[in-house]
Order: sequence, then C-alpha cells, then structure tokens
Amino acid sequence: MPQSAKTYSLLALFLALRAFGNLSLAWGTKHLTETLSSHPLAYLRSLAHPFVAIGVVMLVVALLVRLALLSVADLSFILPMTAVGYVLAALLGRFFLHELVTPWRWAAVALIFAGAALVSSTPQSTTGSAQGAK
Amino acid sequence: MTWLLLTVMVVATALSDLLQSYEMKRSGAQSVGARGIARLLLMIVERRYLLLSIACLAFSFFAFMALLQSAPLSFAVPASAASFILETVAAKLLLKEEIGPRRAAGAALVLCGIALLGK
Repeated sequence: MPQSAKTYSLLALFLALRAFGNLSLAWGTKHLTETLSSHPLAYLRSLAHPFVAIGVVMLVVALLVRLALLSVADLSFILPMTAVGYVLAALLGRFFLHELVTPWRWAAVALIFAGAALVSSTPQSTTGSAQGAK
Repeated sequence: MTWLLLTVMVVATALSDLLQSYEMKRSGAQSVGARGIARLLLMIVERRYLLLSIACLAFSFFAFMALLQSAPLSFAVPASAASFILETVAAKLLLKEEIGPRRAAGAALVLCGIALLGK
C-alpha cells in the first residue's frame, strides 16, 4: 500500500507543480502581445515572457517528479489521483484569474474528474502482450 | 478557434499515446534501471514511431499553450480530458485492447462533462 509520507509529499508536489505551472502559463500567454497560433516563431518569442518561461520550467519539473513518484508508487495509484488536476485548474482559474465558472462548468469539471479517475483505475494489461506486467 | 485548438491538442495527444503504446508493446517489456534508461533513450532514437510520438506530444503542447492564451484555464485543462474518450475508442479499435465496463463508463462520464463544458 502506498501509504508512506514520501509518496504523498511527491504526489502533492507533482499536483502543485502542474497546476501552478498551467496557471503561470495561462497568465503569461494571456499577457503576450501576439497570438501564439499565428506563427511558429511566436512560441520561441513567448519564452522571453517570465511567466511563460516559469510555467514551462514548472511543467518540466512536474514530469520529473512524476517519474520519481512512479518509482515509489504504482501507476494505478498515481493516475486516478492526478485527475484531481482538473478540479485544481478550475479552482485556480476561478480564484487567481477571476474566471467566471458557472454552475454548469463546475458540474462539467466534476463529471470529467469522476470519469478520468474511473478510466485510469482500470487494470493495466488486458491484451496479454505486455510480458513485463505483474 | 477554441474548439479547433482543442481538437488539434486532443488528436495529437491520443496519436502520441497510441504510437508510444504500439511501439513499446512491439519491442517487449523494458526494465527501468540506470542502464534501462540509457537503453530507452537509445531506443527512442532508433524507433521511428517513438520519435513521431514525441513530435505529436510537442505539437499537442503547442496547441495547449495557444488554447490557454485564448480560453479560460477552467475550460482548457478539464477539456484536455477529451483525449480519454478518443484513446479509449482507439485502444479498442486499433490496439484491440479489451475495454471493461469501468473504462467505458469513465469515458462516457468524461464525454458528458465535455458536452457540458460547451454550455
């Protein structure tokens, strides 16, 4: 059972890094003067914005923390837990970016959270071709 | 524009996962020790599908950035879960995986959520 304090602190760190990385990226890209989808080079230039750069770095570190997390806990434990990220995004958008989150949207987020948690808690291998699966 | 970016992101994510899953299953189980990681990196360069999968992942991230720029955070991140629906369907049809009732129910819930997001 993944009960250790290390597992939960890594999980909390991963969730926080990803949620705040997305927040930083959202804040940064919304304050750019050019539209990102207009030109490939716009992406390179956007990295000069501190919040975009910080957001990208946080998301990369989040991936590394997730790797560390995978080494101490099962994927089938981690995946449903990361569905919390959808709820966190709605909360951060509401409170930091002052987005209007309607009751419909809260319901949508709740459904997506439940669905994602359910999808990711299914058995790992059903095809029998993954020899390494224990 | 929002729904177009979302579609690009979701399709790229699903494609990346499918290519990865297909290629990794084909090459058999991998160990993840220090030497295992080095071998994995070498394999990424050798296997064309893996490279393609990483390119898809990058593409999906760029679409995500553009989506974050134009749409609310409380929409963009939950909407990215739409990849679960596409991946479940593709896993069944293309990878011939068996989709259990839990997984089908989960994908259906996500689908309802996405439809509700659009309201």
